[in-house]
Amino acid sequence: MALNQSVLSVNELTVSFRQYTRGLRQIELTVITGLSAEIQPGKILAVIGSSGSGKSLLAHAILGILPSNARVTGTMAYDGEELTAERQVKLRGREIAFIPQSVNYLDPLMKVGAQVRASIKDNKKEVQRDIFARYHLDSQVENLYPFQLSGGMARRVLVSGAMVSDARLIIADEPTPGLHPEIVEEALTHLRQLADEGRAVMLITHDVGAVLNVADYIAVFYAGTTVETAPVKDFAGKGEALRHPYSKALWKALPQNDFIPVSGFQPSPGDLPLGCLFSPRCPMASRECFESRPLERELRGGKVRCYHAT
Amino acid sequence: MPLEAKGISFRYGNCPWILKDFSLTVNRGEVVGISGHSGCGKSTLARILSGYEEPQLGTVTLDGKPLPRHGYNPVQLILQHPEKAVNPRWRMDKTINEGWVPDQEMLDAFGINDNWLKRWPNELSAGELQRFCVVRALSSQTSVLIADEMTTMLDALIQAQIWHVVTEIAKKRNLALIVISHEKHLIKRLCQRVIEM
Repeated sequence: MALNQSVLSVNELTVSFRQYTRGLRQIELTVITGLSAEIQPGKILAVIGSSGSGKSLLAHAILGILPSNARVTGTMAYDGEELTAERQVKLRGREIAFIPQSVNYLDPLMKVGAQVRASIKDNKKEVQRDIFARYHLDSQVENLYPFQLSGGMARRVLVSGAMVSDARLIIADEPTPGLHPEIVEEALTHLRQLADEGRAVMLITHDVGAVLNVADYIAVFYAGTTVETAPVKDFAGKGEALRHPYSKALWKALPQNDFIPVSGFQPSPGDLPLGCLFSPRCPMASRECFESRPLERELRGGKVRCYHAT
Repeated sequence: MPLEAKGISFRYGNCPWILKDFSLTVNRGEVVGISGHSGCGKSTLARILSGYEEPQLGTVTLDGKPLPRHGYNPVQLILQHPEKAVNPRWRMDKTINEGWVPDQEMLDAFGINDNWLKRWPNELSAGELQRFCVVRALSSQTSVLIADEMTTMLDALIQAQIWHVVTEIAKKRNLALIVISHEKHLIKRLCQRVIEM
């Protein structure tokens, strides 16, 4: 395996759902459009985007746990080999660990200690106890059922489960909301340590500020696709180093920066513009932007989907 | 014409006290931030100030009178998760007209699309739903708006958009605005004074 080979690469992924409108009439709703991303071992890729914009579905598509009315096109490769449905079943929970967004993903009928031990090789109790201690979970918590935990505790159990596995790829879907700042810090530092050991991490979140200190790359998700992937150092100053007009706008809108909004709102799936997904709100938009969608291209050590980015 | 909480103490059942002898006055036209780590009682305070919980001790008054038990509540609360604040079995037009009938200008200010009105809540994103919740709370009878982690789940751009419109309306109508957030930068940006809990 080459040194820089991606653990995971996603190419032109499109996810759509078949929905019934009235009676037996069906529509197809596209929620992810032509998305590409890749992660190398030892790196953290943060995917940032608004909640409800479909970024969780990216994680679900990689793991192969989308509902049955979803249709997926495009290719995904794990370790350079195509990630087929059979491989997804074989890899998930072993080579690919997942920290889900909702605490409903815990098994309600199984004690949480046992749930975490299920992802440890040889089912070792010490490893599970260590990780619980690290996340400030008392020793008696392992014998509790999920309904006996608070939201924050349940979330720490979910995080523990993914951290103890020796998965080579960890996908964390909004692992931190609702946790104390110290625990958020702990979880993010822990993810960084795991990456430094050579694993690959995909960190999905809506909070740019939170990932600036841990991520290597940031992919900016808008209306179902990644408009830009940039090294984290580009998220600085007034955002001059950023490539896509949306990423620049997002950066400037942070309360610690300029807090300036741009007009308009993200299009909903089902009413996406014909051309570039950001064209209706873009100050730089020209005719070609309204007519066709720009393909992703390499630019200054990052990737961008814009005709005008320089 | 202030919102005044005097000597509030509160606990759920026999659990430890969450708030003890807490007092707060917010005047019209003021923007006050409340911050503190999770579990310290920020949301409970918001629920008490807007009349959803009765404190065991102490009083909450608006212009010297207790909050009305019937009819429109002039103290409006906006929550973190809009999908849990709307009736899932109502279409959006029913939800948005629940307390008052907003005019077109209001809908435009928050970018609410006409064709969203016929949709069900699960057909809208969190950012879209939250804008409905904000409009719903902004009738002309509202005098205090409490935003409990209102934009925590939204991206920075929608956050900036919503806050720009809300603060503008608050200024124009001389509303009292209480901003509950763990986001220090946001509080610093919006508020004239901050209460650490």
